[in-house]
Amino acid sequence: MKRLPELLREIRPEFDFTTSKDFIADGMLDSFDLMTLVATLDKTYGISIQGTDIVPENFKNLETIENLLRQCGVTA
Amino acid sequence: MNFRFQRKRISGILSILPPTERSFVEEMRNFNFPESRSLKLKEVMGYDKRRVAGPDICLSDLAVFGLRRLFERGLLQPEEIDALLVVSTSLDHIIPPTSNLIQGRLGLKQDILCLDISQACAGFVIGLLQAFLLLEQESVRKVVLVNGDLLSRKASPQDRNIYPLIGDAAAITVVERDPGDSVIHASVQMDGQRAEALVIPAGGFRLPSSPETAVLEDVGDNNRRAKDHLRMDGTAIFNFVQTEVPPMIERLLQWAGLTHEAVDYYLCHQPNRFMLQKLADKMKVPHERMPNNVVEHFGNSGGATIPIAITHNLAPRLRQGCIQACLAGFGGGLVWAGMLMKLGPLAFCETVDFS
Repeated sequence: MKRLPELLREIRPEFDFTTSKDFIADGMLDSFDLMTLVATLDKTYGISIQGTDIVPENFKNLETIENLLRQCGVTA
Repeated sequence: MNFRFQRKRISGILSILPPTERSFVEEMRNFNFPESRSLKLKEVMGYDKRRVAGPDICLSDLAVFGLRRLFERGLLQPEEIDALLVVSTSLDHIIPPTSNLIQGRLGLKQDILCLDISQACAGFVIGLLQAFLLLEQESVRKVVLVNGDLLSRKASPQDRNIYPLIGDAAAITVVERDPGDSVIHASVQMDGQRAEALVIPAGGFRLPSSPETAVLEDVGDNNRRAKDHLRMDGTAIFNFVQTEVPPMIERLLQWAGLTHEAVDYYLCHQPNRFMLQKLADKMKVPHERMPNNVVEHFGNSGGATIPIAITHNLAPRLRQGCIQACLAGFGGGLVWAGMLMKLGPLAFCETVDFS
């Protein structure tokens, strides 16, 4: 999960994801970025994030994304 | 709501594509996004090529072309058609019904039921349901179902939510009685309270098209569209599909006494590759048993995508033999509908270009 900010920057290089508390409200990720991010996380961590979990609340900030990854069994 | 039918079958499917092909890579400069973001989207969603009808091609043109082809090849006799159903959101006119126009252009008999049904992405399952209901009547022996949507001209070229995925196409499905003991199970659910998730605000009687409704507006996320354009709440639709479709299919399988292993193919509406892969994962179905390649080759043509998924992916197999199919349509309305049926062998199963 250390790579998370780096993965986010690959999608939106113009933003610093370590400072924002709400990526969606701050306009850093739109709905299509979420799809791209989920596909990237699935591939990077060898998981499949459930479709019903692809909701803005789970992608608000680094902490919520990390929580989601933990639920998917990602430990490090 | 559940439906059960006996001794009905699909005897042939023909998909008709307009010949003009658009490329996502060539069009992505229309979007107000960096090229790298658009290319990532292409990879995830499967956007690549799509077919569009020019301004002179309407649904009846595609349907008449396809039906003439079937008549000429002796695969269907005009006098056999007792009912002609057209399921679409992009009819030629408000009046007359497009089904009547097709009947007139082909000189079909007057002893026929022509019926237009306004349904979107679930239109194939809804149309089959109506065809099976009609076949319960003694006077109806063969039904021609026309599905098609030509909504590319209703998509704003500056709306990345919609424009790259919309394609135009039609499909003709012949439905008739089955001399065997076939049983078909179907389930339909609807929720008009969520209808705003997929809407064209202007152009009907509620808000007629005008110079004002044609003005492009900034709608956020760097997208611009007018009220005349198709609007989709992508997140709401995505969650609707992931939440409603898997339990609907589970209930249908349970009712029919079948397991997932008994289903050879899940033939779903084709919104984009990502949504279908997530749907397959949720249902624990291998991706290869849920084809998801229609958008990348042809675009999303609403109610025509399930027949295109069938003719594009399974034609040789279905001309020879039979599969246990689970059909699932979902979208505008909102509507979600599923059907379990044996499919094949088909007298025809083909994808053709309109000319």
